[in-house]
Amino acid sequence: MAAATANRLAGRFGPYGGRYVPETLVAALDELEHAYAEAQADPDFHLKLDSLLRDYAGRPTPLYFASRLTEALGGAKIYLKREDLLHTGAHKINNCLGQALLAVRMGKKRIIAETGAGQHGVASATVCALFGLDCVVYMGEEDMRRQELNVYRMKMLGAEVRGVSSGSRTLKDAINEAMRDWVTNVRTTHYLLGSVLGAHPYPTMVRDFHRVISREARAQILEKENRLPTAIIACVGGGSNAIGAFYEFIPDKEVRLIGVEAGGRGSQLGEHAARFSGGSPGVLQGTYSYVLQDDNGQIALTHSVSAGLDYASIGPEHAALHDSGRAEYTSASDAEALEATLRLARTEGIIPALESAHAVAECIRLAPALSPRDILIVNVSGRGDKDMGILTRELHLGN
Amino acid sequence: MPLQFSAKPGLVAYITVGDPDLATTHNIAIAAIDAGADVLELGVPFSDPLADGPVIQRASERAVKNGTRLHDVLALAATLRTERPAVGLVIFTYYNPVLRFGLENFCDAAEQAGIDGVLITDMIVEEAVEYLAAARRHHLAPIFLAAPTSPDDRLERIAAASQGFVYAISRTGITGAQKSLTSDAEQLVRRLRRFTKLPIAVGFGISSPEQFAAVGEFADAAVIGSALVATIEQAGPKHAASSIARFIQGLRGAIKEPAVPAR
Repeated sequence: MAAATANRLAGRFGPYGGRYVPETLVAALDELEHAYAEAQADPDFHLKLDSLLRDYAGRPTPLYFASRLTEALGGAKIYLKREDLLHTGAHKINNCLGQALLAVRMGKKRIIAETGAGQHGVASATVCALFGLDCVVYMGEEDMRRQELNVYRMKMLGAEVRGVSSGSRTLKDAINEAMRDWVTNVRTTHYLLGSVLGAHPYPTMVRDFHRVISREARAQILEKENRLPTAIIACVGGGSNAIGAFYEFIPDKEVRLIGVEAGGRGSQLGEHAARFSGGSPGVLQGTYSYVLQDDNGQIALTHSVSAGLDYASIGPEHAALHDSGRAEYTSASDAEALEATLRLARTEGIIPALESAHAVAECIRLAPALSPRDILIVNVSGRGDKDMGILTRELHLGN
Repeated sequence: MPLQFSAKPGLVAYITVGDPDLATTHNIAIAAIDAGADVLELGVPFSDPLADGPVIQRASERAVKNGTRLHDVLALAATLRTERPAVGLVIFTYYNPVLRFGLENFCDAAEQAGIDGVLITDMIVEEAVEYLAAARRHHLAPIFLAAPTSPDDRLERIAAASQGFVYAISRTGITGAQKSLTSDAEQLVRRLRRFTKLPIAVGFGISSPEQFAAVGEFADAAVIGSALVATIEQAGPKHAASSIARFIQGLRGAIKEPAVPAR
């Protein structure tokens, strides 16, 4: 808690983070920071949030021993943290419930959100329905095409989905448009940012709402195995599920923390979203972190088969964990992610989201080299229903 | 430092450098200065202009696409400084191109180019320690934005950190034209006056001679941006400079004597 408090005051993770925003937004960020600090100190807030997480979202999520995958890979013992079983189908609901409660506390009746894969958009639309708030979700047109099912889910829940046609028509462009909306309607609107990105206090606050993942996983593995795991593996787009899965293990130095970025279809700029291997420090959308950019500081285009990882920057706390060496970051290609999706489906009967499949792919690479005494926990951050269109095409399921 | 306003209201003209191309931007800049712009804001095109409305977004996209770099903006500034020594020159940019260039390198190059001031859209006073130090070393005026949502204690800090002028945002929102000025602008200028003797320029959404004159009633200068960029877009490369001259002369309601062209 001491570390978290220090971070919250400074808004910095080593040199990363901060607040690089138009002046118009600063008062709202201050208001949010203040409301969040008050809520943190309010037992009633925690009671409400815990009860919603339990009775509405379905926490705690199981830590499942994947015996068939373990046997097939012939190395480390593999456990899956089943965030895919949460209501709305991904970890995103943890943060949305927390921020919706804050919006209500601040008296804001209109919510805006951005979404890539649509999971954060669906979770936002869900909590807005639950709390009777107006909801507008910005989504790149390319993402609306490839995650069509989630567009309909959001509409079903009463949200307005606004397509964004600028740039590469993906997550980054959706965030730009959401920020333009916020700067215009800041007096009445809460921006329900969906990852550990953006200006302070978002990276800290969103992380805190997802810490429950590692809090549960740590207790569960100690109960089942009576020892800590060798490594935790999670995919990293903005990095919300990964930071949630890592956070409570950070003091456990013997536990490896492995983040998996989108390797896309190649190593050239524009073909992937691997910020640590292909990027450099810069400022994008409010925060200082690793950014994929060209020599002139223009933000690069990105590619990934998974919309949720297809983003040019990464949460600032991951940048600090990377530089300190506490966490390791690797990448999995589109092909590896698709292969991993199929593998998990056929061995365990679990279809992971394409984002989460990047973590599964790293597990498939890593496990055979380890001994049966090693334990890997893979955070299955979401389920793959939304990806059935892509999977059907890429894996030729229609034939 | 020529960040001064001769008439009231003074005119700060924003253009996106490299839209539609560098040569045309040069001609537009000269035309704007000769038509009566006191200060020219040279906009550095950026891939993700999140504080800008559709007009400047499109201009920025065109300029990025044709390869316009911060280097090019500085080179243009150096040329303009030689050709029009009396005009105020401000670099208007998002932070990332400056970071990539190197903060110290950028301030050094800006000083060499004869730049008077710098406005970084996504730089707030709390994050500005290194930037302010570098700007001071290179005799650049840091200009900060003040917003209708900024409380008084922030306005005080913004006023204290700014030099040259303070840029008051007329309303909550992104850049772009609006039908009428809200009362936000006048209230903000009144609040700002308590903390600074610097000139106050009001920007965002000012596009007509009536709005320009109205701003003159309570502020020292008006910033015209999207309206100029839209004029350039509509006129096309051949007619852009003459259209800008006409537009600015129309704002002033009187035609200034054009200066002798430098070449």
